Amino acid sequence: MHSRTSDRADVRAPLRASASDGLKIVVVGGFGVGKTTMVQSVSEIRPLSTEETMTQAGVGIDDASFVQSKTTTTVAFDFGRISLDEQMVLYLFGAPGQERFWFLWDRLFAGTLGAVVLVDTNRLADSWYAIDRLEYHGTPFIVARNNFTEPQHTLEEVRDALDLPSDIPVIDCDARDRDSSKAVLVALARHLYSLSTSSAARETTA
Amino acid sequence: MIRGPLDSEDPDRLYTVTGGRSRADESVFDMVTLIVSESEPSLGMQSEHVKILRMCRRPMAVVEISSYLGMPVSVVKILLCDLLDTGKITARHPHAARPDNGGLPEPETLKKVLVALQNL
Ligand SMILES: Nc1nc2c(ncn2[C@@H]2O[C@H](COP(=O)(O)OP(=O)(O)OP(=O)(O)O)[C@@H](O)[C@H]2O)c(=O)[nH]1
Ligand SMILES: [Mg+2]
Repeated sequence: MHSRTSDRADVRAPLRASASDGLKIVVVGGFGVGKTTMVQSVSEIRPLSTEETMTQAGVGIDDASFVQSKTTTTVAFDFGRISLDEQMVLYLFGAPGQERFWFLWDRLFAGTLGAVVLVDTNRLADSWYAIDRLEYHGTPFIVARNNFTEPQHTLEEVRDALDLPSDIPVIDCDARDRDSSKAVLVALARHLYSLSTSSAARETTA
Repeated sequence: MIRGPLDSEDPDRLYTVTGGRSRADESVFDMVTLIVSESEPSLGMQSEHVKILRMCRRPMAVVEISSYLGMPVSVVKILLCDLLDTGKITARHPHAARPDNGGLPEPETLKKVLVALQNL
């Protein structure tokens, strides 16, 4: 809308002016399972990457401690974006695969609606850790089997191997395919909705 | 893939960019808080501030600004504090999510998310 060619910042697929509410979903799973690929498939912008430096708690109160705080961990992640309506914009984060990132989970992805756990059936054990952390943080999730190659296990076998309760959806997907990846997000949203209605029913209305 | 393009960023430079300050109120910004410019850049403004004001003529999330500037999210939040303090930007914080009580958004909100995704 402003200068169209001179300033690259102006042409970066801007959101609509009414956008006002950012939402977060994360895609987690083992190393190289297709997280970035899935973000790319569904994003309305070319996926971006950035990083966050996390310092130890209590550091950074004054200038001196800020300078001296060498105990920082840098976490890189990629993300994409989907405009849902006039107000809501969903940001989809591809979490780093390495386990050393996970202790930062709650600070980095606080306020996440839910997670997609991508699994490769040749390496099911790679997703145990992710599931463990999600359960620990109480983050709702679904499991999606990325069919890189001929799956080695049925969805029921995946459910058993991961010891998942029956109410957690386990579905198939092809992370490279937009419709398939979209269906994964729809399944997660449906799961979140059903959790919210059942917990709303449990709460005594004020 | 923990190593990113910013690994080469000199910590001293990041320190200079933020004026060595690290303020408590950066925590008002979420990664997906949407930033909107409320004024044009003015003469003598720090170059990062100028860039942010140009980028945010339409709403842009903190994490996108971070990516485009090639600076960590935490550094961007400090830059945004300055601009917020001086009224040069406004911030639209996430409100559907309810991280404070660890709960899910309202069912009506999640229904909207579901329908919007189905209609993509
Ligand atoms: N054949 C096939 N290849 C895939 C599929 N999904 C991803 N790939 C490829 O697998 C490789 C890794 O995929 P990424 O999306 O980068 O995986 P990631 O989970 O983001 O990896 P890390 O961030 O390093 O943990 C890439 O070369 C992809 O092109 C798939 O469904 N089928
Ligand atoms: Mg990746």
